[in-house]
Amino acid sequence: MPRKISEFIIELSIKLSGYVVVVFVFLVFLFLLRDSLSLFRHYPVGDFLFGTEWLPISDPPKFGVVPLLLGSIYVTVWAILICVPLGVGSAMFISEVAPRPLKHVLKSLVEILASIPSVVLGFLGIIWLGPVLRNGFGLATGMCGLTGSLLLAFMALPTIISISEDALVGVPRTYREAAFGLGATRWQTLWRIILPSASSGILAAVMLGVGRVVGETMVVMMVTGNAPVIPGSILKPLRTLTATIAGEMGETVGGSEHYFALFAVGLVLFAITFSINFIADLFLRKARK
Amino acid sequence: MNRAKIRQHVAFSLLGAVTLLIVAPILLVILYVIINGAGTISWEFLTAAPRQGMKAGGIFPAIVGTVLLVIGTMLFSLPLGVLAAIYLVEYASDDLLTRMVKLSVVNLSGIPSIVYGLFGFTLFVLLLHLGTSILAGSLTLAIMSLPVIITASKEALESVPFTYREISLSLGASRWQTVRYCVLPYAIPGVLTGTVLSLSRAAGETAPILFTVAAFYLPRLPHSVFDQAMALPYHLYVISTQVPNIPIEISFATALVLVALVFLMNLVSIILRAHYRKKRLW
Repeated sequence: MPRKISEFIIELSIKLSGYVVVVFVFLVFLFLLRDSLSLFRHYPVGDFLFGTEWLPISDPPKFGVVPLLLGSIYVTVWAILICVPLGVGSAMFISEVAPRPLKHVLKSLVEILASIPSVVLGFLGIIWLGPVLRNGFGLATGMCGLTGSLLLAFMALPTIISISEDALVGVPRTYREAAFGLGATRWQTLWRIILPSASSGILAAVMLGVGRVVGETMVVMMVTGNAPVIPGSILKPLRTLTATIAGEMGETVGGSEHYFALFAVGLVLFAITFSINFIADLFLRKARK
Repeated sequence: MNRAKIRQHVAFSLLGAVTLLIVAPILLVILYVIINGAGTISWEFLTAAPRQGMKAGGIFPAIVGTVLLVIGTMLFSLPLGVLAAIYLVEYASDDLLTRMVKLSVVNLSGIPSIVYGLFGFTLFVLLLHLGTSILAGSLTLAIMSLPVIITASKEALESVPFTYREISLSLGASRWQTVRYCVLPYAIPGVLTGTVLSLSRAAGETAPILFTVAAFYLPRLPHSVFDQAMALPYHLYVISTQVPNIPIEISFATALVLVALVFLMNLVSIILRAHYRKKRLW
Protein backbone atom coordinates (compact mmCIF):
# COMPACT_ATOMS: atom_id res chain seq x y z
CA MET A 1 0.00 0.00 0.00
CA PRO A 2 2.43 2.73 -1.14
CA ARG A 3 -0.19 5.47 -0.95
CA LYS A 4 -0.87 4.78 2.70
CA ILE A 5 2.84 4.85 3.46
CA SER A 6 3.54 8.10 1.64
CA GLU A 7 0.52 9.68 3.28
CA PHE A 8 1.74 8.53 6.65
CA ILE A 9 5.13 10.12 6.01
CA ILE A 10 3.63 13.40 4.83
CA GLU A 11 1.22 13.65 7.73
CA LEU A 12 4.05 12.87 10.12
CA SER A 13 6.18 15.67 8.69
CA ILE A 14 3.20 18.04 8.92
CA LYS A 15 2.83 17.28 12.60
CA LEU A 16 6.57 17.54 13.22
CA SER A 17 6.69 20.94 11.49
CA GLY A 18 4.05 22.15 13.91
CA TYR A 19 5.94 20.92 16.94
CA VAL A 20 9.28 22.19 15.69
CA VAL A 21 8.03 25.77 16.17
CA VAL A 22 7.66 25.08 19.89
CA VAL A 23 11.11 23.52 19.89
CA PHE A 24 12.63 26.67 18.38
CA VAL A 25 11.20 28.97 21.05
CA PHE A 26 12.36 26.53 23.69
CA LEU A 27 15.85 26.28 22.16
CA VAL A 28 16.26 30.07 21.95
CA PHE A 29 15.41 30.29 25.64
CA LEU A 30 17.60 27.31 26.55
CA PHE A 31 20.72 28.61 24.80
CA LEU A 32 20.35 32.08 26.30
CA LEU A 33 19.82 30.55 29.73
CA ARG A 34 22.77 28.17 29.41
CA ASP A 35 25.26 30.88 28.51
CA SER A 36 23.81 33.30 31.06
CA LEU A 37 24.28 30.69 33.78
CA SER A 38 27.93 30.44 32.77
CA LEU A 39 28.24 34.11 33.67
CA PHE A 40 26.40 33.76 36.96
CA ARG A 41 28.77 31.00 38.09
CA HIS A 42 31.47 33.66 38.48
CA TYR A 43 29.47 36.86 38.61
CA PRO A 44 26.63 37.33 41.14
CA VAL A 45 23.14 37.63 39.60
CA GLY A 46 22.36 40.55 41.91
CA ASP A 47 25.34 42.55 40.64
CA PHE A 48 24.19 41.92 37.09
CA LEU A 49 20.54 42.84 37.62
CA PHE A 50 21.07 45.81 39.94
CA GLY A 51 24.58 46.95 39.03
CA THR A 52 24.64 50.53 37.80
CA GLU A 53 27.87 50.32 35.84
CA TRP A 54 28.54 48.51 32.56
CA LEU A 55 32.34 48.39 32.26
CA PRO A 56 33.08 45.14 30.44
CA ILE A 57 36.76 45.71 29.75
CA SER A 58 37.88 47.39 32.96
CA ASP A 59 39.68 45.37 35.63
CA PRO A 60 37.73 43.93 37.38
CA PRO A 61 34.94 44.13 34.76
CA LYS A 62 31.49 45.29 35.82
CA PHE A 63 28.38 43.93 34.15
CA GLY A 64 25.56 45.99 35.64
CA VAL A 65 22.58 45.85 33.30
CA VAL A 66 20.75 48.87 34.78
CA PRO A 67 22.24 51.53 32.45
CA LEU A 68 21.36 49.47 29.39
CA LEU A 69 17.90 48.65 30.69
CA LEU A 70 17.27 52.33 31.43
CA GLY A 71 18.58 53.22 27.97
CA SER A 72 16.04 50.85 26.43
CA ILE A 73 13.24 52.13 28.67
CA TYR A 74 13.99 55.82 27.95
CA VAL A 75 14.06 55.31 24.20
CA THR A 76 10.96 53.11 24.23
CA VAL A 77 8.83 55.39 26.42
CA TRP A 78 9.59 58.40 24.23
CA ALA A 79 9.06 56.50 21.02
CA ILE A 80 5.70 55.19 22.24
CA LEU A 81 4.60 58.63 23.49
CA ILE A 82 5.31 59.98 20.03
CA CYS A 83 3.92 57.21 17.87
CA VAL A 84 0.77 56.05 19.69
CA PRO A 85 -1.25 59.27 19.28
CA LEU A 86 -0.06 59.65 15.69
CA GLY A 87 -0.61 56.00 14.84
CA VAL A 88 -4.05 55.65 16.42
CA GLY A 89 -5.10 59.00 14.97
CA SER A 90 -4.17 58.03 11.45
CA ALA A 91 -5.73 54.58 11.91
CA MET A 92 -8.96 56.41 12.78
CA PHE A 93 -8.59 58.59 9.70
CA ILE A 94 -7.83 55.65 7.40
CA SER A 95 -10.63 53.43 8.64
CA GLU A 96 -13.42 55.98 9.27
CA VAL A 97 -12.80 59.21 7.40
CA ALA A 98 -10.78 58.68 4.22
CA PRO A 99 -12.71 57.91 1.02
CA ARG A 100 -11.99 54.52 -0.50
CA PRO A 101 -9.30 55.45 -3.10
CA LEU A 102 -7.38 57.55 -0.57
CA LYS A 103 -7.64 54.69 1.91
CA HIS A 104 -5.84 52.36 -0.49
CA VAL A 105 -3.09 54.90 -1.16
CA LEU A 106 -2.54 55.51 2.56
CA LYS A 107 -2.48 51.81 3.37
CA SER A 108 0.10 51.13 0.65
CA LEU A 109 2.27 53.98 1.95
CA VAL A 110 2.18 52.49 5.44
CA GLU A 111 3.16 49.13 3.95
CA ILE A 112 6.05 50.84 2.19
CA LEU A 113 7.21 52.29 5.49
CA ALA A 114 7.08 48.82 7.05
CA SER A 115 9.40 47.51 4.37
CA ILE A 116 12.15 50.14 4.64
CA PRO A 117 15.14 48.34 6.21
CA SER A 118 16.09 49.69 9.62
CA VAL A 119 19.71 50.16 8.60
CA VAL A 120 18.58 52.65 5.95
CA LEU A 121 16.69 54.69 8.56
CA GLY A 122 19.73 54.50 10.82
CA PHE A 123 21.89 55.86 8.02
CA LEU A 124 19.47 58.75 7.44
CA GLY A 125 19.49 59.37 11.20
CA ILE A 126 23.27 59.78 11.14
CA ILE A 127 23.53 62.09 8.17
CA TRP A 128 20.27 64.02 8.40
CA LEU A 129 18.07 63.74 11.49
CA GLY A 130 20.95 63.80 14.02
CA PRO A 131 22.48 67.03 12.70
CA VAL A 132 19.02 68.63 12.39
CA LEU A 133 18.23 67.87 16.05
CA ARG A 134 21.67 68.99 17.20
CA ASN A 135 21.18 72.39 15.61
CA GLY A 136 17.52 72.58 16.62
CA PHE A 137 18.08 71.83 20.32
CA GLY A 138 21.62 73.19 20.54
CA LEU A 139 23.02 69.81 21.65
CA ALA A 140 26.62 68.71 21.97
CA THR A 141 25.85 65.79 19.67
CA GLY A 142 22.90 64.75 17.53
CA MET A 143 23.63 61.10 18.33
CA CYS A 144 21.34 60.86 21.36
CA GLY A 145 18.26 59.18 22.75
CA LEU A 146 15.81 61.53 21.05
CA THR A 147 17.14 60.79 17.55
CA GLY A 148 16.68 57.10 18.27
CA SER A 149 13.19 57.60 19.73
CA LEU A 150 11.99 59.57 16.72
CA LEU A 151 13.24 56.95 14.26
CA LEU A 152 11.85 54.11 16.37
CA ALA A 153 8.49 55.87 16.60
CA PHE A 154 8.51 56.10 12.81
CA MET A 155 9.34 52.41 12.50
CA ALA A 156 6.66 51.30 14.97
CA LEU A 157 3.91 53.22 13.13
CA PRO A 158 3.02 50.47 10.61
CA THR A 159 2.48 47.95 13.41
CA ILE A 160 0.34 50.34 15.43
CA ILE A 161 -1.64 51.66 12.46
CA SER A 162 -2.46 48.30 10.89
CA ILE A 163 -3.49 46.55 14.11
CA SER A 164 -5.50 49.55 15.39
CA GLU A 165 -7.20 49.79 12.02
CA ASP A 166 -8.14 46.10 12.15
CA ALA A 167 -9.58 46.70 15.60
CA LEU A 168 -11.63 49.71 14.44
CA VAL A 169 -12.92 47.93 11.33
CA GLY A 170 -13.77 44.89 13.44
CA VAL A 171 -16.34 46.76 15.54
CA PRO A 172 -19.77 45.32 14.59
CA ARG A 173 -21.82 47.33 12.07
CA THR A 174 -24.81 47.26 14.37
CA TYR A 175 -22.99 49.53 16.87
CA ARG A 176 -22.60 52.18 14.18
CA GLU A 177 -26.14 51.78 12.93
CA ALA A 178 -27.55 52.08 16.43
CA ALA A 179 -25.54 55.26 17.07
CA PHE A 180 -26.55 56.81 13.74
CA GLY A 181 -30.13 55.82 14.41
CA LEU A 182 -30.04 57.82 17.64
CA GLY A 183 -28.88 60.85 15.69
CA ALA A 184 -25.15 60.79 16.52
CA THR A 185 -22.76 62.36 14.02
CA ARG A 186 -19.98 60.25 12.47
CA TRP A 187 -17.45 61.81 14.82
CA GLN A 188 -19.58 61.18 17.92
CA THR A 189 -20.01 57.58 16.83
CA LEU A 190 -16.28 57.17 16.22
CA TRP A 191 -15.20 58.86 19.45
CA ARG A 192 -17.79 57.52 21.89
CA ILE A 193 -18.79 54.16 20.41
CA ILE A 194 -16.21 52.72 18.02
CA LEU A 195 -13.01 53.79 19.77
CA PRO A 196 -14.02 52.40 23.19
CA SER A 197 -15.26 49.17 21.61
CA ALA A 198 -11.93 48.74 19.83
CA SER A 199 -9.88 49.51 22.93
CA SER A 200 -8.61 45.94 23.47
CA GLY A 201 -7.33 45.76 19.92
CA ILE A 202 -5.73 49.18 20.20
CA LEU A 203 -4.02 48.21 23.46
CA ALA A 204 -2.70 45.11 21.69
CA ALA A 205 -1.40 47.38 18.93
CA VAL A 206 0.40 49.52 21.48
CA MET A 207 1.93 46.47 23.17
CA LEU A 208 3.14 45.05 19.87
CA GLY A 209 4.55 48.49 19.05
CA VAL A 210 6.44 48.45 22.35
CA GLY A 211 7.79 44.98 21.52
CA ARG A 212 8.94 46.20 18.14
CA VAL A 213 10.69 49.25 19.62
CA VAL A 214 12.41 47.37 22.47
CA GLY A 215 13.77 44.76 20.07
CA GLU A 216 14.99 47.08 17.34
CA THR A 217 18.75 47.00 17.05
CA MET A 218 20.37 48.72 14.10
CA VAL A 219 18.75 52.14 14.37
CA VAL A 220 19.58 52.54 18.05
CA MET A 221 23.09 51.22 17.59
CA MET A 222 23.73 53.73 14.80
CA VAL A 223 22.16 56.90 16.20
CA THR A 224 21.98 56.88 20.02
CA GLY A 225 25.64 57.60 20.66
CA ASN A 226 26.67 54.29 22.25
CA ALA A 227 27.22 55.52 25.79
CA PRO A 228 26.55 52.69 28.28
CA VAL A 229 25.85 55.04 31.20
CA ILE A 230 22.65 55.82 33.07
CA PRO A 231 21.08 58.43 30.78
CA GLY A 232 20.57 61.85 32.38
CA SER A 233 17.98 62.86 29.83
CA ILE A 234 16.63 61.79 26.46
CA LEU A 235 18.83 64.46 24.87
CA LYS A 236 22.02 62.68 26.03
CA PRO A 237 23.79 59.77 24.35
CA LEU A 238 22.75 56.39 25.75
CA ARG A 239 22.80 52.72 24.84
CA THR A 240 20.09 50.07 24.73
CA LEU A 241 20.17 46.34 25.51
CA THR A 242 20.03 45.44 21.82
CA ALA A 243 22.78 47.83 20.74
CA THR A 244 25.08 46.49 23.46
CA ILE A 245 24.82 42.93 22.16
CA ALA A 246 25.24 43.96 18.54
CA GLY A 247 28.09 46.34 19.25
CA GLU A 248 30.18 44.28 21.65
CA MET A 249 29.68 40.70 20.47
CA GLY A 250 32.28 41.08 17.74
CA GLU A 251 34.91 42.27 20.20
CA THR A 252 34.56 39.55 22.82
CA VAL A 253 36.53 36.36 23.14
CA GLY A 254 34.31 33.26 22.96
CA GLY A 255 33.82 31.79 26.45
CA SER A 256 34.92 34.91 28.32
CA GLU A 257 32.85 36.54 31.06
CA HIS A 258 32.08 39.43 28.73
CA TYR A 259 30.80 36.99 26.07
CA PHE A 260 28.47 35.29 28.55
CA ALA A 261 27.35 38.66 29.91
CA LEU A 262 26.03 39.56 26.45
CA PHE A 263 23.92 36.39 26.47
CA ALA A 264 22.59 37.42 29.87
CA VAL A 265 21.61 40.75 28.31
CA GLY A 266 19.93 38.72 25.55
CA LEU A 267 18.04 36.74 28.18
CA VAL A 268 16.76 39.97 29.77
CA LEU A 269 15.64 41.13 26.33
CA PHE A 270 13.95 37.80 25.63
CA ALA A 271 12.10 37.95 28.95
CA ILE A 272 10.87 41.49 28.24
CA THR A 273 9.64 40.84 24.69
CA PHE A 274 8.17 37.46 25.68
CA SER A 275 6.00 39.08 28.37
CA ILE A 276 5.00 41.97 26.11
CA ASN A 277 3.88 39.62 23.34
CA PHE A 278 2.07 37.42 25.81
CA ILE A 279 0.08 40.42 27.09
CA ALA A 280 -0.57 41.65 23.54
CA ASP A 281 -1.90 38.22 22.64
CA LEU A 282 -4.27 38.30 25.61
CA PHE A 283 -5.62 41.68 24.47
CA LEU A 284 -5.98 40.44 20.90
CA ARG A 285 -7.90 37.39 22.04
CA LYS A 286 -10.18 39.59 24.12
CA ALA A 287 -10.67 41.88 21.12
CA ARG A 288 -11.70 38.97 18.89
CA LYS A 289 -14.46 38.03 21.29
CA MET B 1 -24.06 74.15 10.89
CA ASN B 2 -24.82 73.08 14.41
CA ARG B 3 -22.20 72.52 17.06
CA ALA B 4 -21.88 68.77 16.65
CA LYS B 5 -21.23 69.24 12.93
CA ILE B 6 -18.55 71.85 13.57
CA ARG B 7 -16.91 69.62 16.14
CA GLN B 8 -16.90 66.77 13.65
CA HIS B 9 -15.34 68.99 11.03
CA VAL B 10 -12.56 70.07 13.39
CA ALA B 11 -11.91 66.51 14.61
CA PHE B 12 -11.73 65.03 11.12
CA SER B 13 -9.40 67.80 9.95
CA LEU B 14 -7.13 67.08 12.91
CA LEU B 15 -7.08 63.37 12.10
CA GLY B 16 -6.25 64.25 8.50
CA ALA B 17 -3.40 66.49 9.65
CA VAL B 18 -2.01 63.68 11.84
CA THR B 19 -2.12 61.30 8.89
CA LEU B 20 -0.35 63.84 6.70
CA LEU B 21 2.30 64.22 9.41
CA ILE B 22 3.02 60.50 9.04
CA VAL B 23 2.71 60.14 5.30
CA ALA B 24 4.86 63.14 4.35
CA PRO B 25 8.04 61.81 6.03
CA ILE B 26 7.57 58.42 4.33
CA LEU B 27 7.60 60.08 0.91
CA LEU B 28 10.42 62.42 1.98
CA VAL B 29 12.64 59.56 3.11
CA ILE B 30 12.19 57.72 -0.16
CA LEU B 31 12.71 60.82 -2.30
CA TYR B 32 15.77 61.79 -0.26
CA VAL B 33 17.38 58.38 -0.85
CA ILE B 34 16.51 58.37 -4.55
CA ILE B 35 17.72 61.93 -5.22
CA ASN B 36 21.02 61.46 -3.39
CA GLY B 37 21.68 57.92 -4.54
CA ALA B 38 20.54 57.75 -8.15
CA GLY B 39 23.46 59.76 -9.52
CA THR B 40 26.05 57.25 -8.32
CA ILE B 41 24.31 54.16 -9.60
CA SER B 42 25.94 52.89 -12.73
CA TRP B 43 26.47 49.55 -14.39
CA GLU B 44 29.91 49.43 -12.80
CA PHE B 45 28.54 50.18 -9.34
CA LEU B 46 26.11 47.27 -9.61
CA THR B 47 28.48 44.74 -11.15
CA ALA B 48 31.94 45.47 -9.75
CA ALA B 49 33.55 44.51 -6.45
CA PRO B 50 34.48 47.24 -3.97
CA ARG B 51 38.00 48.61 -4.28
CA GLN B 52 40.39 50.73 -2.19
CA GLY B 53 38.89 49.68 1.13
CA MET B 54 35.31 50.21 -0.13
CA LYS B 55 36.02 53.83 -1.10
CA ALA B 56 35.56 53.01 -4.79
CA GLY B 57 34.22 50.32 -7.07
CA GLY B 58 30.84 48.67 -6.72
CA ILE B 59 28.74 46.52 -4.44
CA PHE B 60 28.26 43.39 -6.55
CA PRO B 61 29.39 40.89 -3.86
CA ALA B 62 26.95 42.44 -1.38
CA ILE B 63 24.06 42.16 -3.86
CA VAL B 64 24.91 38.53 -4.59
CA GLY B 65 25.26 37.80 -0.88
CA THR B 66 21.83 39.21 -0.10
CA VAL B 67 20.20 37.35 -3.01
CA LEU B 68 21.80 34.07 -1.88
CA LEU B 69 20.65 34.67 1.69
CA VAL B 70 17.09 35.32 0.52
CA ILE B 71 17.06 32.12 -1.57
CA GLY B 72 18.54 30.11 1.30
CA THR B 73 16.02 31.55 3.73
CA MET B 74 13.15 30.63 1.42
CA LEU B 75 14.38 27.05 0.95
CA PHE B 76 14.25 26.44 4.69
CA SER B 77 11.34 28.57 5.84
CA LEU B 78 8.76 28.06 3.08
CA PRO B 79 8.26 24.26 3.40
CA LEU B 80 8.49 24.33 7.18
CA GLY B 81 6.14 27.30 7.48
CA VAL B 82 3.51 25.90 5.11
CA LEU B 83 3.57 22.46 6.74
CA ALA B 84 3.23 24.02 10.18
CA ALA B 85 0.27 26.09 8.95
CA ILE B 86 -1.35 22.97 7.44
CA TYR B 87 -0.91 21.29 10.79
CA LEU B 88 -2.57 24.16 12.64
CA VAL B 89 -5.51 24.55 10.26
CA GLU B 90 -6.19 21.03 8.99
CA TYR B 91 -4.88 18.58 11.55
CA ALA B 92 -4.56 20.09 15.00
CA SER B 93 -7.25 19.39 17.53
CA ASP B 94 -7.96 22.00 20.17
CA ASP B 95 -5.68 20.68 22.88
CA LEU B 96 -2.85 21.94 25.02
CA LEU B 97 -0.20 21.08 22.43
CA THR B 98 -1.93 23.08 19.72
CA ARG B 99 -2.28 26.03 22.02
CA MET B 100 1.45 25.79 22.72
CA VAL B 101 2.21 25.79 19.00
CA LYS B 102 0.04 28.87 18.48
CA LEU B 103 1.59 30.66 21.43
CA SER B 104 5.05 29.78 20.13
CA VAL B 105 4.27 31.34 16.74
CA VAL B 106 3.25 34.54 18.53
CA ASN B 107 6.38 34.55 20.66
CA LEU B 108 8.67 33.67 17.80
CA SER B 109 7.42 36.77 16.00
CA GLY B 110 8.22 38.90 19.04
CA ILE B 111 11.80 37.78 19.59
CA PRO B 112 14.17 40.67 18.76
CA SER B 113 16.28 40.15 15.66
CA ILE B 114 19.52 40.51 17.61
CA VAL B 115 18.48 37.62 19.87
CA TYR B 116 18.03 35.52 16.72
CA GLY B 117 21.57 36.56 15.90
CA LEU B 118 22.84 35.22 19.24
CA PHE B 119 20.80 32.06 18.84
CA GLY B 120 21.97 31.43 15.27
CA PHE B 121 25.53 32.01 16.39
CA THR B 122 25.37 29.45 19.23
CA LEU B 123 23.33 26.81 17.40
CA PHE B 124 24.46 26.99 13.78
CA VAL B 125 27.89 28.62 13.87
CA LEU B 126 29.26 26.94 17.00
CA LEU B 127 27.23 23.86 17.93
CA LEU B 128 26.61 22.54 14.41
CA HIS B 129 30.07 23.70 13.24
CA LEU B 130 28.72 25.53 10.20
CA GLY B 131 31.00 28.48 10.91
CA THR B 132 30.17 32.02 9.82
CA SER B 133 28.57 30.99 6.56
CA ILE B 134 25.72 31.58 4.15
CA LEU B 135 24.15 28.38 5.44
CA ALA B 136 24.21 29.55 9.07
CA GLY B 137 22.86 32.97 8.09
CA SER B 138 20.07 31.52 5.95
CA LEU B 139 18.98 29.17 8.73
CA THR B 140 18.94 32.04 11.24
CA LEU B 141 16.90 34.25 8.92
CA ALA B 142 14.61 31.30 8.11
CA ILE B 143 13.64 30.82 11.76
CA MET B 144 13.05 34.55 12.04
CA SER B 145 10.80 34.50 8.94
CA LEU B 146 8.77 31.47 10.08
CA PRO B 147 6.07 33.27 12.10
CA VAL B 148 5.10 35.58 9.22
CA ILE B 149 4.94 32.71 6.75
CA ILE B 150 2.94 30.55 9.15
CA THR B 151 0.47 33.34 9.93
CA ALA B 152 -0.02 34.23 6.24
CA SER B 153 -0.39 30.57 5.21
CA LYS B 154 -2.78 29.94 8.05
CA GLU B 155 -5.01 32.80 6.93
CA ALA B 156 -4.85 31.58 3.34
CA LEU B 157 -5.84 28.04 4.33
CA GLU B 158 -8.61 29.26 6.60
CA SER B 159 -10.10 31.39 3.83
CA VAL B 160 -10.77 28.32 1.66
CA PRO B 161 -14.48 27.54 2.18
CA PHE B 162 -15.24 24.66 4.47
CA THR B 163 -17.58 23.10 1.90
CA TYR B 164 -14.57 22.25 -0.33
CA ARG B 165 -13.28 19.96 2.40
CA GLU B 166 -16.69 18.45 3.13
CA ILE B 167 -17.31 17.60 -0.52
CA SER B 168 -13.88 16.08 -0.95
CA LEU B 169 -14.17 13.99 2.21
CA SER B 170 -17.70 12.89 1.30
CA LEU B 171 -16.38 11.52 -2.00
CA GLY B 172 -14.08 9.24 -0.06
CA ALA B 173 -10.85 11.23 -0.33
CA SER B 174 -8.44 10.90 2.56
CA ARG B 175 -7.52 13.85 4.72
CA TRP B 176 -4.21 14.43 2.98
CA GLN B 177 -5.80 14.09 -0.47
CA THR B 178 -8.35 16.70 0.54
CA VAL B 179 -5.65 19.08 1.70
CA ARG B 180 -3.45 18.39 -1.32
CA TYR B 181 -6.08 18.70 -4.08
CA CYS B 182 -8.95 20.72 -2.65
CA VAL B 183 -7.44 23.18 -0.19
CA LEU B 184 -3.78 23.85 -0.94
CA PRO B 185 -4.22 24.93 -4.60
CA TYR B 186 -6.61 27.68 -3.55
CA ALA B 187 -4.41 28.80 -0.66
CA ILE B 188 -1.20 29.11 -2.68
CA PRO B 189 -1.62 32.80 -3.62
CA GLY B 190 -1.96 33.81 0.03
CA VAL B 191 0.99 31.65 0.97
CA LEU B 192 3.17 33.18 -1.74
CA THR B 193 2.19 36.74 -0.84
CA GLY B 194 3.13 36.19 2.79
CA THR B 195 6.35 34.43 1.87
CA VAL B 196 7.59 37.15 -0.46
CA LEU B 197 6.73 39.77 2.15
CA SER B 198 8.63 38.00 4.90
CA LEU B 199 11.59 37.42 2.57
CA SER B 200 11.71 41.13 1.78
CA ARG B 201 12.04 41.74 5.52
CA ALA B 202 14.79 39.13 5.74
CA ALA B 203 16.63 40.86 2.89
CA GLY B 204 16.74 44.10 4.85
CA GLU B 205 17.72 42.63 8.23
CA THR B 206 21.15 43.32 9.64
CA ALA B 207 21.16 42.18 13.25
CA PRO B 208 20.62 38.42 12.65
CA ILE B 209 23.47 38.22 10.13
CA LEU B 210 26.02 40.22 12.13
CA PHE B 211 27.59 37.14 13.73
CA THR B 212 26.30 34.39 11.47
CA VAL B 213 27.34 35.25 7.94
CA ALA B 214 28.34 38.83 7.30
CA ALA B 215 31.82 39.58 6.04
CA PHE B 216 33.19 43.06 6.69
CA TYR B 217 35.07 43.29 3.43
CA LEU B 218 35.25 40.41 0.98
CA PRO B 219 35.68 41.71 -2.54
CA ARG B 220 34.93 38.39 -4.23
CA LEU B 221 31.95 36.12 -4.60
CA PRO B 222 31.40 33.34 -2.06
CA HIS B 223 32.67 29.92 -3.20
CA SER B 224 30.10 27.75 -1.44
CA VAL B 225 27.33 27.84 1.13
CA PHE B 226 29.97 27.35 3.82
CA ASP B 227 31.65 30.59 2.82
CA GLN B 228 31.13 34.00 4.40
CA ALA B 229 29.45 36.65 2.29
CA MET B 230 28.90 40.37 2.19
CA ALA B 231 25.29 41.51 2.42
CA LEU B 232 23.69 44.81 1.44
CA PRO B 233 22.30 45.89 4.83
CA TYR B 234 25.48 45.00 6.68
CA HIS B 235 27.55 46.69 3.98
CA LEU B 236 25.54 49.89 4.41
CA TYR B 237 26.07 49.69 8.18
CA VAL B 238 29.81 49.18 7.72
CA ILE B 239 30.39 51.99 5.26
CA SER B 240 28.23 54.48 7.13
CA THR B 241 29.57 53.86 10.64
CA GLN B 242 32.64 51.61 10.77
CA VAL B 243 34.95 52.94 8.09
CA PRO B 244 35.88 56.63 8.05
CA ASN B 245 36.01 58.75 4.90
CA ILE B 246 33.75 56.71 2.69
CA PRO B 247 32.24 59.04 0.08
CA ILE B 248 28.67 59.72 1.14
CA GLU B 249 27.40 59.05 -2.41
CA ILE B 250 28.43 55.42 -2.09
CA SER B 251 26.40 55.06 1.10
CA PHE B 252 23.38 56.70 -0.53
CA ALA B 253 23.65 54.52 -3.62
CA THR B 254 23.94 51.38 -1.46
CA ALA B 255 20.88 52.46 0.52
CA LEU B 256 19.01 53.05 -2.73
CA VAL B 257 19.87 49.60 -4.09
CA LEU B 258 18.75 47.99 -0.83
CA VAL B 259 15.49 49.93 -0.75
CA ALA B 260 14.86 49.19 -4.44
CA LEU B 261 15.44 45.46 -3.90
CA VAL B 262 13.03 45.36 -0.97
CA PHE B 263 10.40 47.38 -2.87
CA LEU B 264 10.73 45.12 -5.88
CA MET B 265 9.96 42.12 -3.68
CA ASN B 266 6.99 43.94 -2.16
CA LEU B 267 5.76 44.81 -5.61
CA VAL B 268 5.93 41.16 -6.64
CA SER B 269 3.85 40.27 -3.59
CA ILE B 270 1.26 42.96 -4.39
CA ILE B 271 1.00 41.85 -8.04
CA LEU B 272 0.64 38.21 -7.00
CA ARG B 273 -2.15 39.16 -4.63
CA ALA B 274 -4.00 41.25 -7.22
CA HIS B 275 -3.55 38.61 -9.93
CA TYR B 276 -4.96 35.77 -7.87
CA ARG B 277 -7.72 37.82 -6.30
CA LYS B 278 -9.26 38.23 -9.76
CA LYS B 279 -9.27 34.48 -10.26
CA ARG B 280 -10.81 33.74 -6.90
CA LEU B 281 -13.76 31.37 -7.12
CA TRP B 282 -15.66 32.35 -4.01
